[in-house]
Order: sequence, then C-alpha cells, then structure tokens
Amino acid sequence: MDRFVWTSGLLEINETLVIQQRGVRIYDGEEKIKFDAGTLLLSTHRLIWRDQKNHECCMAIPLSLVVFIEEQAAGIGKSAKIVVHLYPAPPNKEPGPFQNSKNSYIKLSFKEHGQIEFYRRLSEEMTQRRWENVPVSQSLQTNRGPQPGRIRAVGIVGIERKLEEKRKETDKNISEAFEDLSKLMVKAKEMVELSKSIANKIRDKQGDITEDETIRFKSYLLSMGIANPVTRETYGSGTQYHMQLAKQLVGILQVPLEERGGIMSLTEVYCLVNRARGMELLSPEDLVNACKMLEALKLPLRLRVFDSGVMVIELQSHKEEEMLASALETVSEKGSLTSEEFAKLVGMSVLLAKERLLLAEKMGHLCRDDSVEGLRFYPNLFMTQN
Amino acid sequence: MAMSFEWPWQYRFPPFFTLQPNMDTRQKQLAAWCSLVLSFCRLHKQSSMTVMEAQESPLFNNVKLQRKLPVESIQIVLEELRKKGNLEWLDKNKSSFLIMWRRPEEWGKLIYQWVSRSGQNNSVFTLYELTCGEDTEDEEFHGLDEATLLRALQALQQEHKAEIITVSDGRGVKFF
Repeated sequence: MDRFVWTSGLLEINETLVIQQRGVRIYDGEEKIKFDAGTLLLSTHRLIWRDQKNHECCMAIPLSLVVFIEEQAAGIGKSAKIVVHLYPAPPNKEPGPFQNSKNSYIKLSFKEHGQIEFYRRLSEEMTQRRWENVPVSQSLQTNRGPQPGRIRAVGIVGIERKLEEKRKETDKNISEAFEDLSKLMVKAKEMVELSKSIANKIRDKQGDITEDETIRFKSYLLSMGIANPVTRETYGSGTQYHMQLAKQLVGILQVPLEERGGIMSLTEVYCLVNRARGMELLSPEDLVNACKMLEALKLPLRLRVFDSGVMVIELQSHKEEEMLASALETVSEKGSLTSEEFAKLVGMSVLLAKERLLLAEKMGHLCRDDSVEGLRFYPNLFMTQN
Repeated sequence: MAMSFEWPWQYRFPPFFTLQPNMDTRQKQLAAWCSLVLSFCRLHKQSSMTVMEAQESPLFNNVKLQRKLPVESIQIVLEELRKKGNLEWLDKNKSSFLIMWRRPEEWGKLIYQWVSRSGQNNSVFTLYELTCGEDTEDEEFHGLDEATLLRALQALQQEHKAEIITVSDGRGVKFF
C-alpha cells in the first residue's frame, strides 16, 4: 500500500481514461483497510482510486509499478478480486496514504461486479504499455524498474538488499515472460485472421494456386495448431492440441478402463478426466475431438459410437462382439432379461448394458418383447427354432 | 371356435407380439404371422374380416400371455399377406378384407383340374353347383365362399380357361 500517491484524480495530457468501476475496495495484501468504497479508474498510465464518500480522498499507482496481475474468482459472500503485484516504490515517491507496507501486493475487491471487464482492460494496458510511448509529466514517475548492478553495500543490509534485488529481478523476468505471452496472444489473433483470409482466397482461386503450394500452406497452418481451414473438417485432421490431449487421455484412462471391463461411456470419461485434472477443465467438445483422433493416432483406446448415438471409449483389446456370446448365454439362462436386470447380473452400468443387448439384437442373437411391462430381451428363437 | 386349432410355438413367445427391429428377425416373424393368419382363417372358415375384429380376435390378442399385436403391426402383417396374394382389401379405407388361405390362382388351378379330370370342359356351371353341388363334395373347393370363388374364376378367365357369364338366377362360368 505504500506505492500509492495522493493525486487530484485529473488526467494529464496524453493520459486517457480506459475504464472505471464503482464499488471497489482496496486491501493491503490480505488486510482490509479503511478504503472500502471507491471508484477505481484505469487510465493509460495509472490506476486511480477515489473514495465515493469523500471525493478529495484520491490516490493513484503508476502502471509501471505493476509486476503482474491475477484474478481471484468470487466465492460465497466474497466479491471477485484482482490481485496486483507491485514493484517497490521508488525512493523519491510523492506522499501517499501509507509510508510503509510489508506487502508488495494489493487486492481490489469488486463489490458491485465489473471485475471481468476491468481485468481484461487492465491486462490490455499491461500488454500495450502505452505509458512508455506517451510520457506525461514528471509527477507520474514512469518507473522502468530497478537497474541491475546499482546495489553495492556490505553487511546484513547488503545481503538483504542483494536478496531484494534478486527477487525484483525474478519478478521482472516473470512479468516479461507474461509480456511475451500476451504479445504472442495478440499476434496469434492476427495470425488466425490472416490465415483465414488466405484460406478464403485459396478457396476462391482454386485454379490459380498449385496443389503443392496449397498442401504446403495447409501443413504450415496445421503445425501452428490451426485445423484444416479449407474444408473445416476436424475429424482425423484435428489440431495439435487435440492430438496432445488424446495422448494424455490414454494415460489417464488405461487403468480405469481395465477396472471397468474395458469399456466406459463418454460421460463417465468426461467426469473422470476432469476430476483428475482438477483445474483447466476440458470442454465436452474438446474431449470428443480428442477422442475422435484416438484411432488415427493408433493409440490403445478407441471411440465407438453405437447406433443409438451413445458414445463409449473402449480399450483396443476389448472386443464387444465377443461379449455378445456371453450376453446371450446370460439371457438364455434367465429366459429373458431387461437392461436393468442384465446390468445388475453382469455388474455394468445400465446404459452400457442396454447397448450390449441392443448390439446382440442387431447381430440377431436376441429379440425383443416391448409391452407395458417394459422392454425385455429374449434369445432369438425366430432364428434358432423350426 | 374350433377347439382343435393348434397354436404355433410363436403364439406363446412374447416377442412374437412386438414388431422386431432386426430385419432378418422380422422376416421370420412376419412369415410366421402370415402362416398363422391363414391357418386360423382356414380352420374357422373365415373368409373375410374387419381390422377391428382382427384386433380383438384371439388371433392377434393372446389374453393368457397378456400380449396383443398393436394395430400398426397388424397392418404390416396384412400388407404382407396382400403382397403374397392371400389378401384383398374390400374397401378404400382398408377397414375390411378378404382372406384366402389359398391364392385365387391356386383355387383356379384346382377347379380347372377337376373340370378336366371329369371331362367337363366346354360345360357351363352355376357358381352354386361348383361349391355346393354333390359332384364336388370330395373336392377341396367344396364350400368355398363366393368372393374367393369369383376371384379364382377371374384368374382362370385371365388365362382364357374360363369365362364368367350371367345365368338365369345369378352368375355362372363356362370352362374351355
């Protein structure tokens, strides 16, 4: 909290307002302080906080002091927050609300929402760093961070300072790394737009561009992780991401599959995989697309879609057709069975039990009795008798 | 109701009353139904029926088993019989039908064989004589219902082996 300086809240020339949000509370590290209700403004150069009740109470932090920012999702009774990690204040800093603080970060709590958009804009400003290109008056102290090799001291203080120096370097490296990432993401968007427009041109001018060039272009795109742009077919030619994911799935699912008799419904797989990942959950589309690649990548699992539309993952070694012979035996022993009865006898989920019985019916081993009493399966005496 | 009618094993098999989705199985099932309908109608000397009657008849409604063949499936069975030549719809709404356990052509053949055997080509018969006359008592077509008989004779007519004519009190036929 010692990085803030008092300010009039007026914007300088060349400084523009990006976004503002009411109802923001500031925390010094984890501690609540008296600044509990204010309007938070983001400009190209600073973060400004003005007290809602007392407009004279207004303070700001230059964006150049921000190392990096994090989002903290809302919880029960807790508002969403942005955590802002800061460089130490420069020694010649103007006066602010706190002289000293043991924390090198603050939290901004959005009690009236608006955190998502604010975070997005703040990230953009952190990426673009417009304050570097458009300097404003000295009073805003554009701080480019500590210069290395400046420190030269002895004793405990010297050691402490060196450690501090090292920490700052690390923070700087981290923020630079994030910088590259955000720049890359901006570039990636441009690249995708570019590739789409080129792909459209290819499609329209089919005759002018040689097949060789087209193939080359498509392979470049594929290596960048963009799925086949011309035919928009992702099955079999999925993105790198899905390929990697498919390989990951094998690792996660091998043992559970063996425990469950070699076959699992895709919904079970979805739950299992996401529970294992914990964070960075998979979307259903991503899971399905990754599974569609299993066979093409010659992995030991495969995706199978039954006639009913039910999707399952099977071990390659699992032969559902062989299961049918034993299913027929089981049904014959009992005379007739419903899906539920069969599931219970064999120890399978009802969904998969039904699929197995339906498959047996499709293969002609079983026939059905559909009445008000329910759906029962019988051995197919139509074929075997007479 | 004839007591001696023997139901086939399928009649006591619950899946018999559910139209099977597997096409190979369905083929067998429908064949069994067609055969059952024809033998049932033959034994009960039933030459025509309405669909409503059929639904409630023990033929399609096995009370003991608590299974009925649903009306849509009954329609499918009847259509199979029609395709085979054993059934003819009597009205446009398909609410009643003629059921012939032998196809008209088959009856025609039997009748013509008897006519030839007994050296009665070029003779004229009334319809009544054919089915109720003393001379035909031992023949299978004895007692045949008029509707079926007519169709049998029409089949022979097509083959130029007979001609349906009008006689004093109805219709008759001349064999060639």
